[in-house]
Amino acid sequence: MEKWVSCAQAMVKCLEEEKVQVVFGYPGAAICPFYDELSHSSIRHILVRHEQCAGHAASGYARIKGEVGVCIATSGPGALNLITAIATAYMDSIPMVVLTGQVSSELLGRDVFQEADITGSAEPFVKHSYLVKNAQELPLVFKKAFYLASTGRPGPVLIDVPVDVQQTKIKYAYPESVEMRSYKPSIQGHPMQIKRVVEALAKSERPLICAGGGVFPSGAQEELVKLAESLRIPVVTTMMGIGAIPSAHPLYMGMIGTHGVKSANTAMHESDLLILIGARVGDRAVVSPSLLSKRTKIVHIDIDPAEIGKNVTTHIPLVGDAKIILSQLLEQLPPVADYTSWTQRLAALRPGRQDAVSGAIDPKAFMRELSAQCDDDAVVVADVGQNQIWTANHFAIRKGRFLTSGGMGTMGYSIPAAVGAKLADPSRQVIAVCGDGSFQMQMMELATMCQHDVPVKIVVMRNGALGMVRELQKKSYGDNLVAVSLDGSPDFVRLAQAYGIPARRVERMEDTGEAIAALLAADTPYLLECVVPADEPTL
Amino acid sequence: MKHTITVLVENNAGVLARISGLFARRGFNIDSLAVGVTDNPDTSRMTIIVNGDDYTVEQVEKQLNKLIDVIKVKTLRNEELLSRELMLIKIDAPPQKRSEILDIIALMGGKVSDVTRSTITVEISDTPERLNTFEELLRPYKIKETARTGVIAMQK
Repeated sequence: MEKWVSCAQAMVKCLEEEKVQVVFGYPGAAICPFYDELSHSSIRHILVRHEQCAGHAASGYARIKGEVGVCIATSGPGALNLITAIATAYMDSIPMVVLTGQVSSELLGRDVFQEADITGSAEPFVKHSYLVKNAQELPLVFKKAFYLASTGRPGPVLIDVPVDVQQTKIKYAYPESVEMRSYKPSIQGHPMQIKRVVEALAKSERPLICAGGGVFPSGAQEELVKLAESLRIPVVTTMMGIGAIPSAHPLYMGMIGTHGVKSANTAMHESDLLILIGARVGDRAVVSPSLLSKRTKIVHIDIDPAEIGKNVTTHIPLVGDAKIILSQLLEQLPPVADYTSWTQRLAALRPGRQDAVSGAIDPKAFMRELSAQCDDDAVVVADVGQNQIWTANHFAIRKGRFLTSGGMGTMGYSIPAAVGAKLADPSRQVIAVCGDGSFQMQMMELATMCQHDVPVKIVVMRNGALGMVRELQKKSYGDNLVAVSLDGSPDFVRLAQAYGIPARRVERMEDTGEAIAALLAADTPYLLECVVPADEPTL
Repeated sequence: MKHTITVLVENNAGVLARISGLFARRGFNIDSLAVGVTDNPDTSRMTIIVNGDDYTVEQVEKQLNKLIDVIKVKTLRNEELLSRELMLIKIDAPPQKRSEILDIIALMGGKVSDVTRSTITVEISDTPERLNTFEELLRPYKIKETARTGVIAMQK
């Protein structure tokens, strides 16, 4: 059924067609026609306090909901403020549709007020982008954008709509399906390649599975655990892959990389067959990929053919969806060999648990306690820096999720992403962990949580410094500490209270148990400031 | 080593910017890039000459394929390659030198496009190597200006 509507109304209708329930944004003149129509819809709009946070919130929402996250900004500065969030989502392959208002199309290119070439500026960080000049094409553009964002290797897609286009009347009909001759992601693994993997497995003495962030969008967690368990192969993960297998699983050897654990890195070093699943072998995960491919035979499973062979030479490439490929593999497993001594040797290297019970706060012990008290399906969102590594290595994931900005390492990700995650599934506990540096990049979002009643729990690991940079300056720059002191920071407890958010400070290990219990028990947002010694190491 | 890649793309606004941006940010070196519409007005064909090793060419192909506007990417092997480039070249040609110059032009299969009292402008379409030779032959007569289209190529 076609009917005449304004393009702004069509934008809202398209979002409704895509079953969008929550959007994150910040209005401005160039996106006002859309906002005007949005008010008549049941779609919930979350007003953030900075556009970048709208992008991160959409990312957190998308990751927990398993759907496309939507964020909105106006032209010029509004759109430009989104770029960091778009790039963050792009690096971590998060499905997102970004809507921006644009100056009137007849003024494009004249440097008018709040004009920025956002499709041009965001080009390196988007899966695709559209500048809608022909109003009649808008519904098709939306259909394509949602299709592109959510299929294949997910990623952000930008739609820039000039304000006069939003006001144009069009004959509205939402396309039922979309076919693009230039975009056909491979889903199924090639049977010949599957056979080669099975043969390689049969010959291997020390096989290893390395799971990355690609496991989640594919929903392959179950198949991954099943594969590991059926063959009794140890599993490591990248930072993005944390939680793909429960942290306490006897076959799990931890996170690899610069900030990973010994058991995981030894496993990478000594394996003779490495099965990479949705992991792009980033430099923080594998420092010298060329050495890796000389030592071990590499099977690389990825939905993006461009990732295969990009960072590491691959012996058996397998392009397709992780869940489908793992199911294909599970159908023709080789007979189980005995890898007991290999697994046991690695398991013996797993970090021990000697938790301090009193004195200054040990952030690692704190994370273990936090994890122990959380619900099984809790979502923890770590920011960037020491707090991230403490959380990654010590917060045990059971049925929950670990979210962070893995590829881009964007400070100020945790709180807005946690807001998005909580809105995606209000039944789950959502905890944002950040440092005092990253907290101050996103503390404006306390207002968002209050305004929209989003009970996110915040842990601020306060060490008075940009801890990870400070550590680097101590180690590699002759102890010349430059621009890492955070003197001048406010009292976070009183700051939270100014927003009406209950908060407390904890300084001693013996008080953490009770403080964490209070944090988790609150049915409102809550901030726990956790004072950590400045010299506490990352690892 | 030089590789010839032909890319069939959707004829959308911004597609050239997407492709040139990709080359710039991934550090791929382009020797030449030529683009024009195909027999189907919805698509354009680009011919890109890339300088790099096999790894680079594989990456170029894969990254190009990732672009949503890109329909097909093909790296052409030299033996199956038909390639042409068009050059316009303007030479100082005082009346006493004209016949020498016209001999060279005839020899190389060029065509005189414009003549003034003191210059001759020639158009010539050939392989890039032959164009280089042509240029060298004319250099002693003082070249005033050249313009080349970049190579276009097709599989034989």
